Amino acid sequence: MNELLANVDWYEIWLATLETFLMLGGSLIFTILLGLPLGVLLFLTGPKQLFDQKGLYSILSLVTNILRSLPFIILLIVMIPITVMITGTSLGVAGAIPPLVVGATPFFARLVETALREVDRGIIEATQAMGATTKQIIISALLPEARPGILAAITVTAITLVSYTAMAGVVGAGGLGDLAIRFGYQRFQTDVMVVTVVLLLVLVQVLQMVGDRLVVHYSRK
Amino acid sequence: MIEFFEVHKAYQLGKKSVTALQTTSLQIPTGQIYGLIGHSGAGKSTLMRLINRLEEPSAGRIEVDGLDITQLDAEGLRNFRRRVGMIFQHFNLLTSRSVADNVALPLRLAGELSKQAINKKVSDLLARVGLENHAKKYPAQLSGGEKQRVGIARALATDPTILLCDEATSALDPQTTGQVLELLAEINRELGLTLVLITHEMDVVRRICDQVAVMDGGVIVEQGKVADVFLHPQHPTTKRFVYEAEQVDENERVQNLAEVEGRILHLTFQGQATYEPLLARVAYQTGIEFSILSGRIDRIRNEPYGQLTVAFKGERLEEAMQMLQAAEVHLEELRHE
Repeated sequence: MNELLANVDWYEIWLATLETFLMLGGSLIFTILLGLPLGVLLFLTGPKQLFDQKGLYSILSLVTNILRSLPFIILLIVMIPITVMITGTSLGVAGAIPPLVVGATPFFARLVETALREVDRGIIEATQAMGATTKQIIISALLPEARPGILAAITVTAITLVSYTAMAGVVGAGGLGDLAIRFGYQRFQTDVMVVTVVLLLVLVQVLQMVGDRLVVHYSRK
Repeated sequence: MIEFFEVHKAYQLGKKSVTALQTTSLQIPTGQIYGLIGHSGAGKSTLMRLINRLEEPSAGRIEVDGLDITQLDAEGLRNFRRRVGMIFQHFNLLTSRSVADNVALPLRLAGELSKQAINKKVSDLLARVGLENHAKKYPAQLSGGEKQRVGIARALATDPTILLCDEATSALDPQTTGQVLELLAEINRELGLTLVLITHEMDVVRRICDQVAVMDGGVIVEQGKVADVFLHPQHPTTKRFVYEAEQVDENERVQNLAEVEGRILHLTFQGQATYEPLLARVAYQTGIEFSILSGRIDRIRNEPYGQLTVAFKGERLEEAMQMLQAAEVHLEELRHE
């Protein structure tokens, strides 16, 4: 066993895993904080919705689409000056989080918009008929009703972020992806590559399982 | 009292303007069950949604108990909407909330009552609709009839004076429909609420409404007391609804008449006259003969009525007809001898 994994430094692996978790956790929190309101805004200003605003919707939609069509690897590099402005460095976990958030937020916002569109219009009408304000409609009816869909969106986004963190290794972000590239690829240490890939696989599996459980738990349909 | 003064509603569909409700004036007296019947697209749904301004009128004025609701600002409108409950064909319950939380929602949104007061009110409301044991369930665990009961309890939460029922029984089976209509009639009776009820079934109107407006193409084509509209329909649309409800086939009726002799009359009687042996008495006193070709004895709300198609033969038929008319039987001649 040890012969097969001769190049594997388990302490390095542990540190890299920790970095991956930090990048994932940090970027996921900011993605949700920014993406959820953006998704709600996209939904509300959309055609025939509560705040039907053609102009605003077009702008939001365009920005979202531009950011989504940019390959993440390019975004990583383009973002470097902005990242330095925000965090003071473009390296390590702190340097990785801004591009991760910018890459994942538009994606997550679109998924939130779709989840909100799935909510029965009749429920919005019923809440309006009760004399609810728009804010109350969003908080008391729309978001709770879309909760399973939003949880599924968070799951998909988290998994996308795992693969983004691996890519962020290229610009010196650290984490399992960085390890795989520096040792596994550049030094031909296949065993390191295999270990990191297996760990990433396990991470993705666990995220999907937890996400699915939560969706089932909150689905009352 | 709900009053429409020359209210008009048109939608902008692309560059075309589509009229949903032609200029309409209407009065719905307080405490009544007012039916709006029509096929889909007849404008009944638009008319109902104008009452709580889920639809904005294009022109005209709507007053509820003297308050011009078309002039209300956002805040005023929200307060007004709490006085108008609404129930829906597909119930529109929040699937993510329990039965009790659904009923509590309008109260929480209003934010006027304490938590304890809300809980107390919710259990009272659930008891009223017979669901006290289902408080913790989720809507998906309930039958259609139970869901509509939750909808009714929710609509009553803010003590409204008006209840709008949007095809409230159209998704329910006949037995459940009967129970829900019974509950609505009870609410009207005990709480004195004004009910406005949309339906496409004449039977629903016949069972609980006091007055009815028949709509077609965005126009009220006929309106009045249910008994009058139901027993003496004037407009073709109304006639179609009535015949649908009675499952009368016009062609068949004419064909059947060809096989019998004598003068054929259509008799309509209401109230006490229904159960009196009028025909027998008239036949005995005038010596005419009669045979009943078809008929129906039923109730409109709680008032009995009967409609009979009868063939008469005999010398003193004119006299017999006068006696029937004197007993407030409405006669319609289907075939002279």
